Amino acid sequence: MTILQFFLWSVLKVIVVTVVLLLAVAYTVLLERKLVGRIQNRWGPNRVGPFGLLQPLVDGAKSFLKEDIIPTAVYRPLYLLAPIIALSCALISIGVVPFGDPGITGPGNFHFFQIADVNIGLLVILGITSIGVYGIALAGWSSNNKYSLLGSLRSSAQLVSYELALGLSLVGVVLRSGSLNLDTIVATQSTHGALSWNLFGGFQFIAFFIYLMAAFAETNRAPFDLPEAESELTAGYHTEYSSMKFAMFFMAEYANMITVGCVATLLFLGGWTSPFGNLLPTPDNIVIRSLLPMFWFVFKVFGFLCLYVWVRGTLPRFRYDQLMNYGWRWLMPLAILNIVGTSLWLAYR
Amino acid sequence: MHLILFIIFAALCLTGAVNLLFQKQPINSALSLIVVMTSLAVLYLLLGAEFLAAAQVIVYAGAIMVLFTFVVMLLNAGREERTLGSRAYRTVGFPAVAAILAVIATSFIKLQGFGSARIDDHITSTADLSAVLFTKLLLPFEVTSVLILVAILGSVALARKGDAEGREPK
Repeated sequence: MTILQFFLWSVLKVIVVTVVLLLAVAYTVLLERKLVGRIQNRWGPNRVGPFGLLQPLVDGAKSFLKEDIIPTAVYRPLYLLAPIIALSCALISIGVVPFGDPGITGPGNFHFFQIADVNIGLLVILGITSIGVYGIALAGWSSNNKYSLLGSLRSSAQLVSYELALGLSLVGVVLRSGSLNLDTIVATQSTHGALSWNLFGGFQFIAFFIYLMAAFAETNRAPFDLPEAESELTAGYHTEYSSMKFAMFFMAEYANMITVGCVATLLFLGGWTSPFGNLLPTPDNIVIRSLLPMFWFVFKVFGFLCLYVWVRGTLPRFRYDQLMNYGWRWLMPLAILNIVGTSLWLAYR
Repeated sequence: MHLILFIIFAALCLTGAVNLLFQKQPINSALSLIVVMTSLAVLYLLLGAEFLAAAQVIVYAGAIMVLFTFVVMLLNAGREERTLGSRAYRTVGFPAVAAILAVIATSFIKLQGFGSARIDDHITSTADLSAVLFTKLLLPFEVTSVLILVAILGSVALARKGDAEGREPK
């Protein structure tokens, strides 16, 4: 495969994945509105298209067409930069996620189901997520509004605190698979279906619990949505944003949710492998054999997103001091204990 | 390809560093420092140190600089005031900088035996790195960790108000 071919294939992959991700973001919003509607005993959006299925497209068009107001007192360069940082960081990290079986390759050992196969894929995702904080922090500061500033201060403190627990909760998984490569981490969980997933067979359910909590906090979702707590801060860090700039923050939040779901699937739920392991025969047809892993992957991520919405619809918001106490006094020590336990078990075995 | 990337990111790194010094808004300086840190990470990556690159982004650009910007935002630091500088600084400062640069440059040129770094496809894997870190360099590694712990305890002791029961000082 020549460099030009490689380049063209890569550009194609990037375009396809970005379009699919943006569509997924739009429909995750619909999924959330529908599910929260049912949780609260109402219908949710059902007027535009069958079952409200065209609602996300109409919302998108509305965001584009609305007047874009830039308040006079904002610090312009950073005010304009902040939504771009937030959205681009949210979209980039999907680039290292493997969606399907890496055994099925094109000419020249070309991966179809992953944009970039990186040795340190897990660290790349963590790094990009940690850069994404700046979008929120700068948005709040440059808006020159007290609610925005409070929101972004909360968010910076929350993200720094919970990133620690998040990172530590993943160490157990990395210890078990002995690699930071996402393909390898999935491959070590693929032998006996659901039984060899890190969540069950790997006894990493404590780590999964910590990851879940920390991920909710990292993506600013309920019950940890203090940076945008409506009752206290109007809308938090994006109070002064309107039109497409607001939509960019919105899309970044949902894209982050999807990335977090992908990481949880890869690390704890066996990635693209089937939960039934070898109980089901491997199909002979190459198309089915390449689509089936993608189906399982999407299915698991979808389940995770539903869990997200369920938690949002059920739990009330934390208080700020509770949030900090919980992160530093419970989640972090628990994560360290999990690392010690996993290491001892691996050394004993 | 590697050389092109090296030139781009080295230039970005230097531009960020110069910009850091000349910006008047503290927040812009902090952001320039983030650019420097991330470009350095790319340079590490070009040298094959992938784990170091990731750690650079996660720890420096992602955590430490967040605290920097956090403090800048919390204090709401305004534009720096700038003086024209005294004559003494100008007469002593420029020769001093030139002298330091000259010393560093000569020592680098003289001292060829400090090892070399090549830009190529070689990658030091995380496993190799940790093997060295936890066997050969175990003692310095642990001593550094203890040093950091001491620094944390010291800062907590300094920041703490009041006595052991948390009572305010009278």
